[in-house]
Amino acid sequence: MSGSVAGFLQAGLLVLALAVCHRPLGDYIARVVTGDRDWRAEKAIYRMMGVDPRADQRWSVYLRSMLAFSAISVLAVYLFERIQGHLFLSNGMPGVTPDLAWNTAASFTTNTNWQNYSGETTMGYLTQMSGLAVQNFASAAVGIAIAIALVRGFARSRTDRLGNFWVDLTRITVRVLLPLSVIGALILVAGGAVDNFTATHVIHTLTGSSQNMVGGPVASQEVIKEMGNNGGGFYNANSAHPFENPNPFTNWFEIFLILVIPFSLCRTFGRMVGDNRQGYAILSVMVTIWVASAALVSFFENSHAGTALRAAGAAMEGKNVAFGIPGSSLFAASTTVTSTGAVNSFHDSYTPFGGAVLIFNMMMGEVTPGGVGAGLYGILMLAVITVFVGGLMVGRTPEYIGKKIRPAEMKYAALYVLATPALVLIFSGLALAFRVPRESILNPGPHGLTEIMYAYTSMANNNGSAFAGLATNTTWYNVTGGIVMLLSRFAPMIFVLALGGSLAKQQTVPVSVGTMPTHKPLFVGMVIGVILLIVGLTYFPALALGPFAEGLH
Amino acid sequence: MSRLPTWIGQHLAAVRAIIVLTLITGGLYPLLVLGIAQAAFRNQANGSLVTYNGKVAGSSLLCQEFTDPKGNPLPRYFQPRPSTAAAPGSKTGFGCDPNYSGASNLGPNNPALLKNVQSYKAAYAAFNRVPPSAVPPDAVTTSASGLDPYISPQNAADQVNRVAAARRLPVGEVRSLVARYTQSRTLGFLGEPRVNVLLLNIALDKLSVTSGG
Repeated sequence: MSGSVAGFLQAGLLVLALAVCHRPLGDYIARVVTGDRDWRAEKAIYRMMGVDPRADQRWSVYLRSMLAFSAISVLAVYLFERIQGHLFLSNGMPGVTPDLAWNTAASFTTNTNWQNYSGETTMGYLTQMSGLAVQNFASAAVGIAIAIALVRGFARSRTDRLGNFWVDLTRITVRVLLPLSVIGALILVAGGAVDNFTATHVIHTLTGSSQNMVGGPVASQEVIKEMGNNGGGFYNANSAHPFENPNPFTNWFEIFLILVIPFSLCRTFGRMVGDNRQGYAILSVMVTIWVASAALVSFFENSHAGTALRAAGAAMEGKNVAFGIPGSSLFAASTTVTSTGAVNSFHDSYTPFGGAVLIFNMMMGEVTPGGVGAGLYGILMLAVITVFVGGLMVGRTPEYIGKKIRPAEMKYAALYVLATPALVLIFSGLALAFRVPRESILNPGPHGLTEIMYAYTSMANNNGSAFAGLATNTTWYNVTGGIVMLLSRFAPMIFVLALGGSLAKQQTVPVSVGTMPTHKPLFVGMVIGVILLIVGLTYFPALALGPFAEGLH
Repeated sequence: MSRLPTWIGQHLAAVRAIIVLTLITGGLYPLLVLGIAQAAFRNQANGSLVTYNGKVAGSSLLCQEFTDPKGNPLPRYFQPRPSTAAAPGSKTGFGCDPNYSGASNLGPNNPALLKNVQSYKAAYAAFNRVPPSAVPPDAVTTSASGLDPYISPQNAADQVNRVAAARRLPVGEVRSLVARYTQSRTLGFLGEPRVNVLLLNIALDKLSVTSGG
C-alpha cells in the first residue's frame, strides 16, 4: 500500500471513530450536567467541599466560584513545585525556581500546559501525578463547565441562574473524565506506555556503555493530557517520547482522544437547547476547518520545502520514523486546532507553510473544535457575531437559538473576540522590542520572528505547543507567559458567563419567518467566513513578516 | 455559627475542592491505573525492557548508541538515526540519553540544519559505501524525541553490506534477518514500515555467537 493511501485510511478511520462516538458521548455529557440525581460518592465530595449542590448560581456567583477555584489551583501547584524536594517520590529533584514554578502553575491551571522545563530533569513523580495531572482534570472540567453554563443561558429563559459550578466541576470529573481516563490509560499501557514508580537508574546497553533509564506514572497522565486538551508532556519530548506514545496505534488513539470530547460537546449543545440540528451546524464548521487544516499540513510536509529539508530528501527533521509524515501531520493539525498542544513531532522544524498552518490553527481562537469546553463556548461567541453580521445584512434583530442578540450581548461577544489577539500582538511586540527576549531566538531570519509569535499565540490561546527552539526558561518568558496565559484564559470566561447570564434572563422568542435559520449550510459557511475574516484581519501583517516571508523566499 | 462573607466562603470551598480532587484524581486514580498496569501489563508498564544473556540490555522503545568509547560507530552493528538527546556539552556520538529527550528544533531553512544534514549524509555515504544521493532521509535527520528506536527499511537495507562484511556473515543471511525484524504498518495502514535497531542488533549478536563469528 502506498504511503498516501495509508495516510488517508488513517485519517478516515479517525473520522469514522469520531462519528460513531460523538453522539453517545455528547448525549451522556448532556445527561450528566442536566440530571438532578447525585451519586453517593458525589454527595460525599460535596460534603467535604462544604458546598450545597442544590444551590443554583447567578452568573456572577458561578464566575466567582470558578475564579476562586482557579486561584487556589495556581497556588497549590506553585507550592507543590516549590517544596517537591521535601516530598516523597520526587526522584531526587530539588524545588523548582520561583519564576518557573509560577509559569508552570499558571500554565497547568489555564489548560495551556506551556512547558519551560524538561519533565525528566525538573519535576518529581509526585509533583507530576498529584500536582500537574490534577490540573489536567480540573482545568478540563472547568472549561466544560463554563461551556455548559453558556449553553444553559441559551436553553433557559426568564431566570438569572446558570447552574452550580461545584456540581458541574465534580460531575464532569467523576462521571466523564475519570472513567474514560482509566480505560484510555490501560489501552496506552497495553500499547507500551510506561506506568511505574521506578526512579531514574542506569542500565548497560548491548555494547556495554551506560544509559539512563527513566520511568514514572506516565500512562495515567498521558491519557488525560490528550483527552483534556492539556498537552503537557511527562517528558520533554512530549508525545514524541516512545514511553508516552510508543507505536502507530497509540499515536492514532491519542489523536482520537484529543478530538473526541470537543466534537462530542456539539451534540451536548444541540441536545441541551432541544435542537440537535444546531449542534450539527456547529460541528460542521469545526470538522470542515479541521479536515482542511490536516490536509494542508500533510500537503506542505510532503512537499519538504526549505533548503535543509530538500537536502535531506524529506521533512523528517523532528519527526519519528514510526509515525512518519502522515501520522505527524495529522497529530500536529489536531493538537493545534484543539487547545491541546501535545506534540509527536517538533513544529519548529516543519516546512515554512506547514508551520504557518499550525500557527494559523491557533489564531482562529481554538474553536475548530478548540479546547474541551473552551472550543464550544468560543465558537458560540463567534456564532453570535455571525448572526449579528447576518442580521445587519437583512436589517432585522439578530436571533440565535431563540435569543435576541442585542447591544449588550454583542458587547460581550466582541470583547471576547478582541481579548486574545490583543494579548498575542501586544506581548509579541514587547518581546521583539527588548534585547533580552530576542536573545532567546534559535533560528535566524523570519523564522525567529515566527518563534516568538508562535509562543505568544500558543500561550494566549491556551494551546501549549511551541516552536521549541525559542529558549523560554528565562525570567522574561516565565513571568510574561504566566500573565498572558491567566489573562487570556479567564478574561474571556468573564465575557462568556456574562453573556450566558444575559441570555438566560431573556424569554425565548418563537421562530418566525424573519428568523435566520442557524442550522443550514448557509449559516455554516457564514461562521467559517467570520472565523477566517477575523483571523485574517487581525494577524495577516504579522503572518506576512514571519512564515509567509520565509516560505515565499 | 456566624456566616462567613461570601468571598471567603468561596475560597474555603475552593481549598477544600482542591484537596478532595487531589486525593481522587492525583491519588486514587493514578494508583489504580498503576496497580492494574503492573498486574496486567508488567512488561510494557516497566519500559518494554529486553534482555540479552540474562541481563537487561535496554528498552525496545528507546534507541541506543552502537559506538566505541570514542564515539565512532561500530561497523558490526546497525546504526540508529542521529540523536540530539545528549547531556549538554557531551561529545558527539553519545546521544540516545533518555534524561535529555527532545529535538533539534532547527528550522527548515536554518544554515546550521543544512550543515548537519550534509555532514550526516557524507558520513553515512562513506561508512556504508553508498552514493550520497541515495542516503535515506531518516539517516540524515534527527528524530522528534532523540530516542527513536526505529530506522526506515531503506536505511537498514543500506547498512546490510557493511554489517555483513564486518561480521563475516553472508549478505543474504543479514538481509533475511532485517526482513524478519521489519515491522509493517499496523493494520496495514497505521504509521510507517520500520526496523527496530536494538532488537535487530541483539538478533545479530545471537546469530554471530551460534555461527561462531
